[in-house]
Amino acid sequence: MNMIKNASSASKKAFLNYGIVIVFFIVFQTLVSTGNITSALKGQLIPIVCYMIMAVSLNLVVGISGELSLGHAGFMSVGAFTAVIVSSAMGDAANPAKLVVSMIVGAGVAAIAGFLIGIPVLRLNGDYLAIVTLAFGEIIKNILNCLYVGIDEKGVHFAFNNPDALGMNPLGKVVINGPMGAVGISKIATFPAAVILLMIILIVIQNLVNSRTGRAIMAIRDNRIAAESMGLSPMKYKMLAFTVSASMAGAAGAVYALNYSTLVPKKFDFNTSILVLVFVVLGGIGNMTGSLIAAGVLVVLPELLRKFSDYRMLVYAIVLILVMLVTNNEKLKGRIDTFFKKFRMNIAKGGRKK
Amino acid sequence: MKKKLLSLIMTGALVMAMTACGGNGNAAGGNGGSGSTGNGELTGTLKLGVIGPLTGGAAIYGNAVANGTQIAVDEINARGTGFTIELNPQDDEHDAEKSVNAYHQLQDWGVQAIAGTVTTTPCIAVSAEANSDRVFMLTPSASATSVTEGKDNVFQLCFADPNQGSASAQYIADNNLATKVAVIYNNADAYSTGIYQTFKAKAADLGLEIVSETTFTDDTTDFSVQVGDAQSNGAELVFLPIYYTPASLILQQAASAGYSPKFFGVDGMDGILTIEGFDTSLAEGVMLLTPFSADATDDLTANFVKSYNDKYGEVPSQFAADGYDCAYAITAALEFYAAKNGGLDVTGMTAEQLCDILIKVFTDPDFSVDGVTGLGMRWTANGEVNKDPKAVVIKNGVYVGM
Amino acid sequence: MLAHLINGISLGSIYAIIALGYTMVYGIAKMLNFAHGDVIMVGGYISFCSMMYLNLPAPVAVLVAVFVCTVLGIVVERLAYKPLRAATSLAVLITAIGMSYFLQNAALLIWGANPKAFPNMFKNIEAIEIAGARVSPVAIVAIVANLIIMVALTLFTTRTKVGKAMRAVSEDKGAATLMGINVNFTISLTFAIGSGLAAIAGVLLCTAYPTLMPTTGSMPGIKAFTAAVFGGIGSIPGAMIGGILLGIIEILARAYISSELADAIVFGVLIVVLIFRPTGLLGKQIHEKV
Repeated sequence: MNMIKNASSASKKAFLNYGIVIVFFIVFQTLVSTGNITSALKGQLIPIVCYMIMAVSLNLVVGISGELSLGHAGFMSVGAFTAVIVSSAMGDAANPAKLVVSMIVGAGVAAIAGFLIGIPVLRLNGDYLAIVTLAFGEIIKNILNCLYVGIDEKGVHFAFNNPDALGMNPLGKVVINGPMGAVGISKIATFPAAVILLMIILIVIQNLVNSRTGRAIMAIRDNRIAAESMGLSPMKYKMLAFTVSASMAGAAGAVYALNYSTLVPKKFDFNTSILVLVFVVLGGIGNMTGSLIAAGVLVVLPELLRKFSDYRMLVYAIVLILVMLVTNNEKLKGRIDTFFKKFRMNIAKGGRKK
Repeated sequence: MKKKLLSLIMTGALVMAMTACGGNGNAAGGNGGSGSTGNGELTGTLKLGVIGPLTGGAAIYGNAVANGTQIAVDEINARGTGFTIELNPQDDEHDAEKSVNAYHQLQDWGVQAIAGTVTTTPCIAVSAEANSDRVFMLTPSASATSVTEGKDNVFQLCFADPNQGSASAQYIADNNLATKVAVIYNNADAYSTGIYQTFKAKAADLGLEIVSETTFTDDTTDFSVQVGDAQSNGAELVFLPIYYTPASLILQQAASAGYSPKFFGVDGMDGILTIEGFDTSLAEGVMLLTPFSADATDDLTANFVKSYNDKYGEVPSQFAADGYDCAYAITAALEFYAAKNGGLDVTGMTAEQLCDILIKVFTDPDFSVDGVTGLGMRWTANGEVNKDPKAVVIKNGVYVGM
Repeated sequence: MLAHLINGISLGSIYAIIALGYTMVYGIAKMLNFAHGDVIMVGGYISFCSMMYLNLPAPVAVLVAVFVCTVLGIVVERLAYKPLRAATSLAVLITAIGMSYFLQNAALLIWGANPKAFPNMFKNIEAIEIAGARVSPVAIVAIVANLIIMVALTLFTTRTKVGKAMRAVSEDKGAATLMGINVNFTISLTFAIGSGLAAIAGVLLCTAYPTLMPTTGSMPGIKAFTAAVFGGIGSIPGAMIGGILLGIIEILARAYISSELADAIVFGVLIVVLIFRPTGLLGKQIHEKV
């Protein structure tokens, strides 16, 4: 009986998330097509969706699987640069085909990276695991800094740490130029395509979480030893969550890359990983709805703070600290609750007087 | 659950509050015409945007450009000719994504032309957007060739990278400064790598032997390995196609390693004497090619340096000078057009109309600008500027022409 | 080779002093204080201002920096971390990151974006030569300071009453409270010591690499954090060994392999160490309770 109740409340939550995404899409698509949107917000739609995907996929690792990852941006960059290579190599193919293939290959390569990195990482625990994910994020960035890729009519050429070793014929085009990154990417990402990807990812995550596998992952998170004694293999299930999450970050990276005409490895450094982690923590660990909303709000927030000009990032930092203090300190929370209660009562009183 | 809800409400409320007070800043609707006043004069108010890193690790460059542009705008507005500029600098944190956001913010504000962006990677991203939206861009300092490549609306005020590298090699060879040369460059930076590549090619033609080539990236502060490599390979001259902040570290670390070769820099080196607290004796004898030197005695430069110093309390760098010239170059171009076409009122003109005008003027062979970074600057159709670098050497803490 | 080794030890000594701050705070408060790197930057700016604007002699300037950073450490702890003592470690982590953004942007507003060149503090000290390799004055001071600090801290935590209280709090907060130890005071004290050390590290870092910017502390902060984990987080000799090894590996990798891959190699070594010794070189093995 209880089980059924749980299941139905879980699916309700899932449908809430689909609803949010669909409403989000319809509202903004209408605004865009009727021209009632500022260019600032219009330009941010695709990055917002990318960060939403990053947030829900990181939430799968941090919230559902219970491992603190500080290198999620690394997988995004793997997907992003893979997408740049794939879309350039496909040459004259139709844009939607290029986009889809780039996303799939980007996700695939990021999944392989996730699997390989997961082998050492998932043997560790707690803060040690966190520092190793941070280390891998930095390693990915450094390796991409040394990667040179060129395309000519013979195909794709790779070189490592030495741009002269590409061996291209003079007509070839350098697609990825080491630390200077990719230049001249054709911008083929579209808002509807990004939203469809987000929907697919949400469906995959929510079905995974509510499945037998998902319950196994959460059981391992809550009590590894108990779960292990029930015959569950922690390595297998943690690896599954980690790899799936990496592949989703890769897909998000692919869309992100194809929305800008240039991309540098430095973009996906430690700070970007932290940014996504902030979305997850503020939205609520394990709460996908929260991740979606927090990502949306916090990507737009610094843009709205532009009128503070020089004080912009200072205000952002203060807001971040205050939100953490207010939501995590019992005393402060109590005070705010009573404040709101009083506030409500005052309003009610005021209403009666009239 | 309650906890999470509260946090969401908190952030949500904040965002609401901010959108609510910022929604009505839209551009005033124009009268729609490219109005000509008939008397050959330029009138109206131009909405000029500046995009650059005002915060973060590259903030020094963005702030210098924004300040330099501000000085020029103040001067132009004070002329009382009926033409004024409204300036709007936006921060991009030296990040392509934030830069495109800043560009869109400027569009909402009703920007008519852009002086920017300051750094190369964001500039490539923004110029792609500006190219399809038809917004004119004059970048003060993004020097890579990929900034202007294939975009008719993007022009550079600084040298394109290839010119500087070959000019430096030529200068070193012509003056017999050295035969064994070391190069330390930033391979994460298109500017530095671009100059290095042309320098290397030219050096090979001229018989200069490059005995040590070492690289670093933006986060590097320890140059002991790079300096040691140049030293152990017996380089007589170290070529530094880099900005002055890392250059100051290299000079200091070479001195503490007891290594004193000749140092030769490019325009990014300008500013090294203005670092607060820098021991200028370390820079004694450093040579550089630069379009701007704050110690020049001509009226234009002296006046700019004085205004800048009065307002911001520091000596302007080459970036500030580039920003200053950007505002004047755009103004000069509009005046040029106004004079030829019986006047121009820029108020309410669309960015697209201005873009066409400015492209036409900048590619006009008769159009040239005298600025603090060069006299008689002219532009080619692919957006590059033609001007002469000056070679200077640092003696007793000041630049001396060579 | 010898020259590179000396450079590596010098850089590593600075990492080690920063890492000591990380390790002490982690040992006691069980939190990763991401704002630690930015306290280094504040220390650098304070000593710079003391010397350039107030014309104080170098040793006094260092003391001023140590004092200001100590106060800063205590204030940050009281305002931002103490209210979260009962919260999840993730919440504290995000708050620390917020604090790091705050310090960087406050520094940007106060001191501006233009880099400052840090004056050479050790003009009076002669460089010495060992087998043809030059040891710069900063390197001498960094290595000596590192040794003194490590010995002093070890004596402090093992011999003094407050130091023993610190170790007790790091073992078991609840039991320490029952024994009459003032836990809040002890944690504040740890932050004070850690931040004071950060100021010293800031001065050394800026003297060795004299460019001072609002972001000066972030990369050394991350590296030193890595060093602390490398040596076994919570362990004082571990932080020192981790710091010095990290410095040597970084310089040698840059000299003999590739300057782009140096950081990747440093982090790669960290990963290998953690796979074979999951709690770092000198870290305590934690036994899992069922």
